[in-house]
Parts: sequence; structure tokens; C-alpha cells
Amino acid sequence: MDLFLQQTFDGLATGAIYASLALAVVMIYQAIDHFNFAQGEMAMFSTFIAWQLIVWGTPYWLAFVICLVVSFIGGMLIERIVFAPIHAAPVLSHIVVFIALTLIFNAMAGFIWEFTIKEFPSPFPERLPFDTTLIGPHELGVVGVTLVMLFLIYAFFRFTPVGLAMRAAAANPVSAALVGISVRKMLALGWGLAATVGAVAGMMIAPKVYLEPNMMLGILLYGFAGAVVGGLTSPGGAVVGGFLMGVLENLAGTYVIGSELKLTFALVVIVAVLLFRPAGLFGRVVVQRV
Amino acid sequence: MALLEVSGLAAFYGPVKALHGIGFSLEDGSVTAILGANGAGKTTTLRALCGLVATEGSIAFAGTSIAGMRTEDIVRRGVAHVPEGRGTFTRVTTEENLLLGGYARRDRKSVKRDLEQIYGYFPRLGERRRQQAGTLSGGEQQMLAVGRALMLRPRLMLLDEPSFGLAPLIVEELFGILRRINRDERVSMLVVEQNATLALDLASHAYLLETGRVVLSGTSAEIAADETVRQAYLGY
Repeated sequence: MDLFLQQTFDGLATGAIYASLALAVVMIYQAIDHFNFAQGEMAMFSTFIAWQLIVWGTPYWLAFVICLVVSFIGGMLIERIVFAPIHAAPVLSHIVVFIALTLIFNAMAGFIWEFTIKEFPSPFPERLPFDTTLIGPHELGVVGVTLVMLFLIYAFFRFTPVGLAMRAAAANPVSAALVGISVRKMLALGWGLAATVGAVAGMMIAPKVYLEPNMMLGILLYGFAGAVVGGLTSPGGAVVGGFLMGVLENLAGTYVIGSELKLTFALVVIVAVLLFRPAGLFGRVVVQRV
Repeated sequence: MALLEVSGLAAFYGPVKALHGIGFSLEDGSVTAILGANGAGKTTTLRALCGLVATEGSIAFAGTSIAGMRTEDIVRRGVAHVPEGRGTFTRVTTEENLLLGGYARRDRKSVKRDLEQIYGYFPRLGERRRQQAGTLSGGEQQMLAVGRALMLRPRLMLLDEPSFGLAPLIVEELFGILRRINRDERVSMLVVEQNATLALDLASHAYLLETGRVVLSGTSAEIAADETVRQAYLGY
């Protein structure tokens, strides 16, 4: 029983990372109808920026904030420079650009910081103020940080005029322009936010998997799986899907398939969901009268 | 002074020219109708005014040229477009649709008051304020589109086939409200309509478009008295 609980809590901690990435992927998917394959590499690159700042002697939380700001601006620039010009291009062009971005960020990180693995510090205390064997201090911190971030994002989209405008621009660009919303700015803002969310995920997972240019590869796959499970049209669903993937991955790894086949598990889940329930668990079926 | 002054306006869908240099003007505070058969260029004219299609020629709104401007910038100057197909934001609530209509406004404070005013014009929208807008009926969505446009506090409203697909009673109600808005709020209107009787009744001036050209213009009474218009568009 202890093992089961331990694995579940541990799964929630990695699930928090998957949930963040799933959310970032869904945010961009809703705006431009494409999966951002480069989301993981963008997050990895952001994490390297934070690492560099820390190595230069910046306090952790200051580096954290600077990294988020830089990621936000970087995400917006990627949209403006790379994606705005191919806005109307076919799906394949987008995929090619996503793959290019993935390779560029991967190679750039390797070029600047080399491919050797690096330790990334955890900002959380080494021991918890209370006694438990169920969850480690870093894991608990990760879950906490993620939940705060998710809540902020939710509140932003749900309760602010700009959040509403972003949802409107994603769902119906022409109508959005006709009420005076700059769809271009909203798109850029969406990319900036997604990059920021990804950066948080990167900085939270790095202490566990060690920092190196390929660290996000497997993690992004789980993020994708979480997004698909939750439903690509539902940001909330993607978050739940991400947590679910974290727990399932751990339990399946412990009791069923062993750690070698864990990644395969993510792919199996993606294929199974797409086959049997393409809208995902929470994908919204929009009621519409015409 | 004319609020809207258009001359030599051409519009393009890719390489296809859909308007061939039309010119017209609209007096501040008036309602002007654009009549014409399917494919005459009525919708294209409205889309051109909002920068939704590529254009050539000049468009002056309240004395400044808006030709070639971005749609959102034209809207911010006080041009509200009630588009063909109603343009509902289907996934958000009725009230959020209206709030989006006021998005471009600086005076966020009076938005609340304007919401109530619109629920006054359209009590049905008030009853359905928390409802997902995609589930509203066609007539309700048309009212929502007009309400959303009003939330901008526009100087000029462009209405694309407001009567399309609506039951006669609802059309009557809607046009009554449009008349009130024009009279009470001094919102100028440019109305595109298939239903010429309805449009000429609302408007003081009208233009007749045929295959991308203005072929007739005058006061509503003059247009209504024209022999060809009567036969082709009014049907008596």
C-alpha cells in the first residue's frame, strides 16, 4: 500500500509537469490548430537560460522570473517572425517549421552549453517541516508551483477582458477583428504565454532529469498524451490529462510494464484515445444552432 | 458633412475584381441602403469598408482616410459591422459576446450601463445572458450581433442582410429597434438588404448596385418610384 501511495504521489509531481506542457500545447493548438512540436525544446532552452543566470550568481527566484520574462518575449517573437508569415500556409508547412524549430533549439543549446548533463538546483528546502515518506519536498513544491500557475492562467482567461479577447480571437478571428481585437497581437500573446508555461515546466523538471538539450523529449511526449487524453479543445481537460498521465505512467511502470517500456506507454495511450475517443475525456462538443 | 465618402472603390478576392470603382456618400445621422441582386457586390462593399478585403480607391470616414487600414483600427474609429452570418462567438455566453463588442472602448466604466441599455432594447438577450451564444436561435443571434455592434458606441453601423432568415414578426421588431437606435442615439447606418421594401422603408437614401457598379442613386422615395427598381426588386 505504501508503495502504491508513494508511486501515486510521485506520479502527481511528474504529472504536474506534463499538465503544464499539455496546457501550453493546447493553448497554441486552439489558436492556430496545430500541435507545437517545438514546445519541449523551447522549454529546455528557457531552462538553460535560467541555469546560466544561476551559474552567474543570480539568486534562484530572480533567475526564475527573468527566465519567464525572456521566454514570454521569445515566444512572442517566434510567432511574429516565424509563424505570422506562414499564417495561411498548409499544415505541412507548419509541421516542417515546427520540426525546424525543434532542431534549431536543440542544436543551439548544444552549441552554446554543450551536450553534457548539468545539475539544475531545486528551489525547495531539502526536508519538509513535517514527516512523510509519501512525497519528497521537491515533488511537493513542483505540484504547488504548478497549481498556482494553472490557477493564474485560468483566472486570466476566465476573468480578464484580454483573456476573453484571446479566446474570441482563437475561436472566430474575423468576428474578433470586427469588434476591434487585434488578432495578431492575441496570437503573439498566446505564444508568449505558452512559452512561459513551458519554461516553468522545464525549470521544475530539470532538477529531476538533469539539464541537457534532449531532456524534454520524453516529457513532451507525455505532455502530448495528456493533451490528447484531456481533449485538445479543453485547456482544463489537458491539465487533468497531464496529471492522469503522470500517475498512470508511474503505476504502469511499477506494477505492469517496468521502466523500460514507460515511453511506449505514452504512445499507446495517444493511439488508443485517438482511436476510441478522439475528442478526449473533456473535449467539448459544441452545441450550435444554424 | 458626409460621414462616409467613398470614391473609385474597387475590391478584390485574390485576382478577381468584385467591385469596379463605386462611389457613394452617407450623411451623418442618416440611414442609407444598398440594394442589388445576389452577387452585385453589396456584401463586398461592406467588407471593403472594414478592410476585410483588398481594396483600391478612397474611403474617407469622418474626414480621415481609412482605406488600407487594419480592420481593428477601422473598428476602433467607430465603425461597427454586423456581418453576414452574424459572427457569433458561439462558445462564450451571450453577455460575453456583448462585452467583446465593447472591447475596443476606452471607457470601460460605462460598459456596464450600456449592457443594461442593450438588454432594454432586446429583453430576450437579457433572459439568455448566461447562455452559450451558439445555442441562441437565429433571430436571437441577429439581435446579439446588433447588440454587440452597439456596444462599441459606433458612429456608423454597417448592417449586412439583417433580415436574412428571420421570421417576419422578428424582422419587424428588429427594424423597429434599428429605427429607434438611429433616431435616439444618432448612429448612422449603411444597410445592405435583399428585401428592398424593408430597406427603403428604413433608409432615407439608397444606392442600387449591379455587378459591382452603382447604377442608380437617390432618396428612398425616388428609388422606390423608379420603374426598373419597382419591377425587379419591389415586385409590383
